[in-house]
Amino acid sequence: MESRAFFIKDCALIALSSGIAVQTLREFREGLSMAPASSIYHHFWGRFLQPRFDEPEYNNDFAAWVYHGLHEKALAERLSVIDPTEFDDIEGLRAELIDRVEEHLDLTDWVPWSRADEQFHFIYSQILVMDTGTYLEEPSQLAEAVMNMSLGGIFYHFIDARRRTPEKVDDFSTWLVNFGDRYQELADKIQAIDPYFSSLKEIRRLLYKSFSTFFQEGHADVENP
Amino acid sequence: MSKILNAYASIAGEDVINYMVQLSKPLAGKKVVHVNSTREGGGVAEILHKLVPLMTALGLDVTWEVISGREDFYKCTKGFHNALQGHRVSIGSALIEIYEDTNRENAERLRQLLADADFVFVHDPQPAALIRHISKRKGKWIWRCHIDCSRPHRPVWKYLRQYCSMYDASVFSLPDFAQKLPHPQYIIAPSIDPLSEKNIELPVEEVRAVTDGFGLDPELPLLVQVSRFDRFKDPLGVIEAFRQVRRHVPCQLVLAGGGASDDPEGEAVLEEVLMAASGEDDIHVLVLPPDSHRKINALQRAADIVIQKSTKEGFGLTVCEAMWKGKPVVGGDTGGIRIQVIDHYTGFKVRTPEGAALRIRYLLHHREKRIDMGKRAKRMVRENFLLTRHLREYLALMLSLMNGSGDRIDISSS
Repeated sequence: MESRAFFIKDCALIALSSGIAVQTLREFREGLSMAPASSIYHHFWGRFLQPRFDEPEYNNDFAAWVYHGLHEKALAERLSVIDPTEFDDIEGLRAELIDRVEEHLDLTDWVPWSRADEQFHFIYSQILVMDTGTYLEEPSQLAEAVMNMSLGGIFYHFIDARRRTPEKVDDFSTWLVNFGDRYQELADKIQAIDPYFSSLKEIRRLLYKSFSTFFQEGHADVENP
Repeated sequence: MSKILNAYASIAGEDVINYMVQLSKPLAGKKVVHVNSTREGGGVAEILHKLVPLMTALGLDVTWEVISGREDFYKCTKGFHNALQGHRVSIGSALIEIYEDTNRENAERLRQLLADADFVFVHDPQPAALIRHISKRKGKWIWRCHIDCSRPHRPVWKYLRQYCSMYDASVFSLPDFAQKLPHPQYIIAPSIDPLSEKNIELPVEEVRAVTDGFGLDPELPLLVQVSRFDRFKDPLGVIEAFRQVRRHVPCQLVLAGGGASDDPEGEAVLEEVLMAASGEDDIHVLVLPPDSHRKINALQRAADIVIQKSTKEGFGLTVCEAMWKGKPVVGGDTGGIRIQVIDHYTGFKVRTPEGAALRIRYLLHHREKRIDMGKRAKRMVRENFLLTRHLREYLALMLSLMNGSGDRIDISSS
């Protein structure tokens, strides 16, 4: 059983400046092409671990700045709807961003600009991974474990896992698949949770609901077939 | 677990402390030296007073050194400070010479300690030139800039950059402050210490005794700004906003502050504030000694609204302090105040005395809003701006520099 254990981890992001700051839409386009891949990733996913009180108007930092800094609502909407989970890698995502910005530049007569103290700063992050000292031996323990998991833990196992693992899926479904076909249905359900238009709290709630429903609906017997 | 770690576990949570213990294991016994220019007064000294014992409790060998200089040295470094914050300051070659001599003298005094250290954190521009005089450096050197240098006066930054570029890494409080430097630039927000005299819970009687002692009227709404007497903190703007509020709502204002030993301009600004407030019984200008932490704590707790109307701000720890005490903050729309004060959630950001007056009147009229904002403000500080998060990021930075900068620092054993 030991080899099947699921070790619960926690994580935090350490932010670094890329040194790229932009003030106009044209500079922003250049910034997008020059920024390290980890910066593109950070501005889509890093916000999940930032303090916030309400549902964000825009789903990534780029769109938020285009609206709040440049006041270009149409472009902000077009950037906000980009779903990073639809791209195989960061370069594909970067190309899509650049494409939409260039399209907007082509259609406008002037280059939108922000105040000097509202520039966009491309940052990137290092992820710091830590032990929680907790591990699971059976999938039936997942619901309670998820309920008690920190938001950093949810980020690590559900979001970071997608860029860390060869299968590019979350750690929960990877673990469930290790048990053979018994939990395939549950694994599929977990993989179907869309992380992008959500928050870590909402993802935790959805995971808990999926795990608790599955095991309450008579699947508990699969533990001892 | 040591007593100090247990105390922090009771506030920040045991898991937070466990993570710090994990992070510090690979750093056990490493020699860490912090260098700044004052032991009392200002946010940097306050943070170091707590960070150093906590790092020590985690098994690191930590020393805190303060460089010393004559009056002209501080005059020069105050000029640097103002210039980094964007003022067009001209610093003559005589003062530059004193800056360089003072750094050389201090480097001589600290040579062995600095040369042997595994990590040297040099805080702000005052001791930045030390690195030039320690050619044989065993460890990693980090320049920690606490100042809002988003738009520095270029000639001064050009001069300082020659030293800053020599470091292995730098740390800024916000991405906006980072500069073009040939090394990794970490973004680490400062923090407050929930167990310090300035932030611990106080008995209601003690709060009342302090306000009585300062002659405050318990029946009148109280507005408080706690800051050094510094033009960037805009104390005159606060007085102007207060006068506009008082035309509509009876209230009283406290401007409480002291000087830092490295700030020679404080006296002049205080004079201006006293002159502006003269003859007004409801404006209380309190000049407090640097150890008045409990009094400041009490004033912040007694306040209905806390103001921090800075026009430039590295971070604004007094905002965090007020938020930790469940107070809404009306703060300047600048620097680090922007990441603490979220409009309508933890307070309001303003750019003018008129804006401040408007928001203060709104909050004085809506008690429930004040309470809700205060609760959210406290939660925000607990999750983001406590000393434990700050230390965790310093430890991660040290591990990162020790192991090379990949995008992943995995200290989990499983």
